[in-house]
Amino acid sequence: MTDKSQELKPVSEFIPETAPERYIYDMDESKHEIALSTENLQVRYGDKLSLSEGDLRFERYKITSLIGASGSGKSTFLRSLNRMNDDVANVTGNIWYRGLDINSKDIDVYEMRRHIGMVFQRPNPFAKSIYDNITFPLTRRGKYTKAELDEIVETTLKQAALWDQVKDELNKSALSLSGGQAQRLVIARALALKPDILLLDEPSSALDPISSAKFEDTLLELKKDYTIIIVTHNMQQAARISDYTAFFNQGKVIEYDLTRKIFTRPKVELTNDYISGNFG
Amino acid sequence: MTEKIETILETRNVKLWYGQKEALHGIDLDFAKKGITALIGPSGSGKSTYLRAINRMHDLEDNVTVTGSFNLMGKDIYAPTMDTVDLRKKVGMVFQQPNPFPFSIYDNVAFGLRIAGVKDKKVLDQAVEESLKAASIWEEVKDDLNKSALGLSGGQQQRVSIARVLATKPDLLLLDEPTSALDPVSAHNIEETLLSLRDQYAMIIVTHSLSQASRIADKTVFFLNGNMVEAGDTRKIFLEPDKQETADYISGRFG
Amino acid sequence: MRRLFDEELADLDTSFTEMGEQVAKIIQSAVQSFITHDREGAHKIIDHDYKINEREAALEKKSFEMIALYQPVTTDLREIVTILKAVSVLERMGDQARNIATSTIRVKGTKHMKDVEQQLGEMGELVASMVSEVMAYYVKNDALGAENIATKNHQLSNAAAQVRTDSVDGMKEDSELVDSAADYLVIAGYIKRIGDYTTDIAEWIVYKRTGKIIELNPGYNYFI
Repeated sequence: MTDKSQELKPVSEFIPETAPERYIYDMDESKHEIALSTENLQVRYGDKLSLSEGDLRFERYKITSLIGASGSGKSTFLRSLNRMNDDVANVTGNIWYRGLDINSKDIDVYEMRRHIGMVFQRPNPFAKSIYDNITFPLTRRGKYTKAELDEIVETTLKQAALWDQVKDELNKSALSLSGGQAQRLVIARALALKPDILLLDEPSSALDPISSAKFEDTLLELKKDYTIIIVTHNMQQAARISDYTAFFNQGKVIEYDLTRKIFTRPKVELTNDYISGNFG
Repeated sequence: MTEKIETILETRNVKLWYGQKEALHGIDLDFAKKGITALIGPSGSGKSTYLRAINRMHDLEDNVTVTGSFNLMGKDIYAPTMDTVDLRKKVGMVFQQPNPFPFSIYDNVAFGLRIAGVKDKKVLDQAVEESLKAASIWEEVKDDLNKSALGLSGGQQQRVSIARVLATKPDLLLLDEPTSALDPVSAHNIEETLLSLRDQYAMIIVTHSLSQASRIADKTVFFLNGNMVEAGDTRKIFLEPDKQETADYISGRFG
Repeated sequence: MRRLFDEELADLDTSFTEMGEQVAKIIQSAVQSFITHDREGAHKIIDHDYKINEREAALEKKSFEMIALYQPVTTDLREIVTILKAVSVLERMGDQARNIATSTIRVKGTKHMKDVEQQLGEMGELVASMVSEVMAYYVKNDALGAENIATKNHQLSNAAAQVRTDSVDGMKEDSELVDSAADYLVIAGYIKRIGDYTTDIAEWIVYKRTGKIIELNPGYNYFI
């Protein structure tokens, strides 16, 4: 019970006059460290505009989920962030990373991808040993001693929560791993390049709930050192693990906010319907 | 599920070996004539293996031995006299990845009937229309029946796959993770389709999505390590399961 | 396209609003039987109380089931939470009606104060109408309307204060009125409690609509 003397706010103050059609969280740069941001990003496949108006800022050491139906533009957006769409689409606008526009022509895309790594939906280990899966991308591009490589393999497998299960069989083929293990190996491989930002495209949709839960634990561990942006069809997964959520619909970001706000009181009707499973 | 009413399938002491390795350790289950039964459990629990045994998908694999009884309305599925083509007409299977043939939508749905020797155009037309309606996709494709099924979206392809199975008037529909390759909207459409069919068909669905099982299934069966741990009304399984293993799995407490 | 969830939610809603109507009726008849000294009517109310409790238990069970099976979020979740909270409030209102009926049976006084009994009758009418009204706001999801309940509850408080003054005056003037007047004080207290409960439901309607938890009944904390 509050005190009689307390001023009561009228209920009308809590009810917005009209619901907004879009809402993008305005991340204050003085309070949040921005790892990556996009500006006027547009993606065209031929003449068709597939993504527009996706101005988002991603906070460092946080997990951001991108959700939405197939064709909503969320994967297109994610792939554009490390230039995976260059060959198939025309991507315009800016992607800011450490003061650089990484969508500009002058950027060395391969070098950029060392900083911004991608993990795909289906675990895709190479037909090599577990050890070589991790070291191959490194040795192809630089010189490392055996001891250095050993250390990287151990560190990254530990980070990906796979070390204990495979440490005695590092020379076994990666193809013998289960789906969940293969997915974690692919993450270890991405981590070996010491990226800053990890992009994950539906990383656990091929996994059963137990592997998926372990995988989520791994991500929560990793966010201490990495900024993670994840496309997921599993809304409960987005709710469980992410700090921010962006809802895409028909090539636009409809709502971007703190995950706890999106899943308790979204501001846009369309978001509410989507996360409630109300696909009328 | 042990009641003796109106069952379509009763399996007793079903065991299955991959070579020397026993993957199913004696599964007893009864399935009612109508309604949806969800088989849940982690990868390697045996749920998909069991599902595939029901329409003898393992016949195609070397080294697999199946024992025990599968009583499909008085007939033994594994009897030497059982024709697997006939069996698969009665017990249709829908797979994880939509797998339409590279034919027109019409030919996809008519495929099973043509194999069975139906040639009458009127009969085929009617069956195609009825099946597509039952699979809740008629309105979306009725003007494009001669277009390739491969031009459809994933969710639409999956509903055409369901229509193809329904065309042969099966008694039992088996669905192996039918929505795991689909986005939530397409998955929702498939769930709606299954719900609209549950008064007419018996359906057994393997799913990794616990929320899907809880949304659509009348009965739920929990598999673990090749054993059937618990079977019962979905409400009971999700609210007050008898076994601790079931409660742990349902709540996402994985060891 | 309707979700299975929506159908179950609609059933839950219907069952909840029915419970509200039942409770409003019981409150009205409890106050009526008190002022008409109708012990038989009071017994009926006590005998029927278990139905309210059963309805509460059934609604709670259904709500738990829906949360477990459908994992609702945002507006869906708020609707279920609102029902879960509001059914226990309705059940407590039913308990107050039962208390009024128990007092009716136990009543000892033979000499009554007609004017105070009339005031109690009016309080009973008012509070029963508040219950019906708050249920109507629930159905219409009308958070602004629900705010009005606080104003009516203020009127109810004033009426209770009047009953208190008149009863105390009556006792001072005529000691034969003490038994009855003591009952009037207690009944006014029960009715006032029911009024406070309607503002609790109004608060949950505001929550259901806006997601904000607010206070509509600041401090009138006297028993009557």
